Amino acid sequence: MEMVNLTIDGEKVQVPKGTTILEAARKIGKKIPTLCFLKGVNEIGACRMCVVEVKGARALQASCVYPVSEGMEVYTNTPAVREARKVTLELLLSDHNLECPTCVRNLNCELQKLAEELGIKSIRFTGEKHKAKYDDFSPSIVRDTSKCILCRRCVSTCHNVQGVGVISPNHRGFETMVAPVYDMSLAEVACVNCGQCILACPVGALKEKEDTDKVWQALQDPEKHVIAQIAPAVRVSLGEEFGLGRGAIVTKKIPAALRRLGFNRVFDTDFAADLTIMEEGHEFLERLQHGGKLPLITSCSPGWIKFCEHYYPEFLENLSTCKSPQQMFGAVAKTYYAQKMGIDPSKIFVVSIMPCTAKKYECQRPEMRSSGYQDVDAVLTTREISRMLKEAGINLAAMPDEEFDEPLGISTGAGAIFGATGGVMEAALRTVYEVVTGKELENIEFTSIRGVEGIKEATVEINGMNVNVAVAHGLANARKLLDRVKNKEAEYHFIEIMACPGGCVGGGGQPILSADERFEVDYRAVRGSAIYEVDRKMPLRKSHENPAVKQLYEEFLGKPLGEKSHELLHTHYTPRPRYPEAEEK
Amino acid sequence: MKLAAKKDSELAEKLMEVEKMLEKYKGQKGALLQVLQEAQKIVGYLPIEVQKRVAEALNVTLSEVYSTVTFYSFFNLKPRGKYQIRICLGTACYVKGADKVLSRLEQELGIKVGDTTDDLKFSLDACRCVGACGLAPVVIINDDVYGRMTPDKVPEILKNYE
Repeated sequence: MEMVNLTIDGEKVQVPKGTTILEAARKIGKKIPTLCFLKGVNEIGACRMCVVEVKGARALQASCVYPVSEGMEVYTNTPAVREARKVTLELLLSDHNLECPTCVRNLNCELQKLAEELGIKSIRFTGEKHKAKYDDFSPSIVRDTSKCILCRRCVSTCHNVQGVGVISPNHRGFETMVAPVYDMSLAEVACVNCGQCILACPVGALKEKEDTDKVWQALQDPEKHVIAQIAPAVRVSLGEEFGLGRGAIVTKKIPAALRRLGFNRVFDTDFAADLTIMEEGHEFLERLQHGGKLPLITSCSPGWIKFCEHYYPEFLENLSTCKSPQQMFGAVAKTYYAQKMGIDPSKIFVVSIMPCTAKKYECQRPEMRSSGYQDVDAVLTTREISRMLKEAGINLAAMPDEEFDEPLGISTGAGAIFGATGGVMEAALRTVYEVVTGKELENIEFTSIRGVEGIKEATVEINGMNVNVAVAHGLANARKLLDRVKNKEAEYHFIEIMACPGGCVGGGGQPILSADERFEVDYRAVRGSAIYEVDRKMPLRKSHENPAVKQLYEEFLGKPLGEKSHELLHTHYTPRPRYPEAEEK
Repeated sequence: MKLAAKKDSELAEKLMEVEKMLEKYKGQKGALLQVLQEAQKIVGYLPIEVQKRVAEALNVTLSEVYSTVTFYSFFNLKPRGKYQIRICLGTACYVKGADKVLSRLEQELGIKVGDTTDDLKFSLDACRCVGACGLAPVVIINDDVYGRMTPDKVPEILKNYE
């Protein structure tokens, strides 16, 4: 590798050719401030916060996009640099909706943090503010452009990471606004509700549609039997909101905290994930043995489902008809559980605690009422439940270890790994292998489909047959994989797709890291490893060994793919337009 | 109704022409600006129907197309009027009261600058210096130039285009 020597503030640095000044400076512990920069996602030098002096250069240079060269002399902390950054920041602040104490991103806002770090004590500029729009028609994502600083991190994420591309900077100059076409609402365009834009936003211009009020109300209502289900990925991320470190495992603290918040029962989506494997595993075998539509594609990720409906309707028949674990849980809670406990299902209020914003949309789909009621009443993101706990004065970190309630709280390691990319596939293979061969699987860890690589493949021999599987996460990767299948460049029997990079651990409802932290840590990989640790420590690690799932089939459902399963646990999909139907106005 | 039907069939014809034009640009993301110019030449403006076809052909998102269309003032989202009124807001015209003439134009036509009347008769745009500062303030309607404009002359002049 060709190396380049330069000095930064007089200090000698040697870095590989092609490195930017910003990266070289970070290497020697110098933090150049940034705002629009998001490593690997948005590197456009637009916001001018990262300007530095380069000896011989005519003007200040944006260090996030300026490559180093031999003998270069860089100064990151001169009066001219400091003043330029301050002016830029003050101009941004002068056109920003400064309602910081009531903003959802208060104390986790990159603009606020920079103002503090750069020592902004007053804003020298006053003037007109840009015309803003508050768009809360989407059930998942709220846009508040009064706080938008036009950094374009959400735009790059939506277009390049997710391959969706429904928001762009529209119009020009002072009128510029990041918005869908014709300034429509996100609800009117082919947004898949994944919420990755929220994770990318440095400020409070994008946030989830808050449902905490609904849940507070239910918790207050003595008539209601309020039950919670916790998604796999939440147990390795909620601790982060309480200072426990990235990927801290808080599985047993969650039931304790939620009971103190007032939930009548605390159950586990991992249980429903095991149930999903029973149904989906048998669906796969059914299709494989009886010439059904292949490849079978997983259906757990509601962002992926909506993406498929809008952008790849030709694959709708490939989608597993299985509902997602969240929805299976809701349907089972308001039928089986209600009967077993003698509770009127109309009195049961199901709250899902999810790493996901798309789940908010999913629970409102008209198909998701097979109990006769809306199967899941409210979905809270990891961030929302953390806010509720804090409001109630409950410190998760100080909670004792407690168990989930029975029966819907019993799960296996296979359910837990749903939270990481490749996990659903791995869980399915563990069960499918044993169901087909009748033999015990020797090595249950399918490591080739784990990890952060965008598309992963494996071939697994089951009873003399080579089963080809593929895993994609992040919808731009899903596009690549599906195009390969469409063009017959690859043939698979079974595909797992998760909308979010990293799978649910990287979900749009998860704790938000600043661009600086994302520069240092691959948070998805950290949370992913934690998920596999959860799996390793479980006494049972295969879905078909889950005693509560077995009992559910014996007492209520009959058998996988049986009549009752079809009624409660399976669904159908609808092709949706890629573009809005009519022009507004 | 008849008029609307005729308009639809006209647009349909033009859309076919746009599709034909797009064939030579299939998959060329970098050709967006050029394609939009050609499409506007054919249709006269860039309705969503045109933008969708451009997005499909070039394999870019509709959002990117719309973003580009709204960035450049050259592109029109709405059909232009039979009579295109341009008012100069260059320095000389401005200091001689072009802003007041513009207000009167907006008031008389019932539209804002950049818009077109519902009957597609007039569209109203502001422009920079047209090189006729001696006649300031200046209004141009298609190829006719009106110098030394005042707000009160507006209704009278518009009568010429009934």
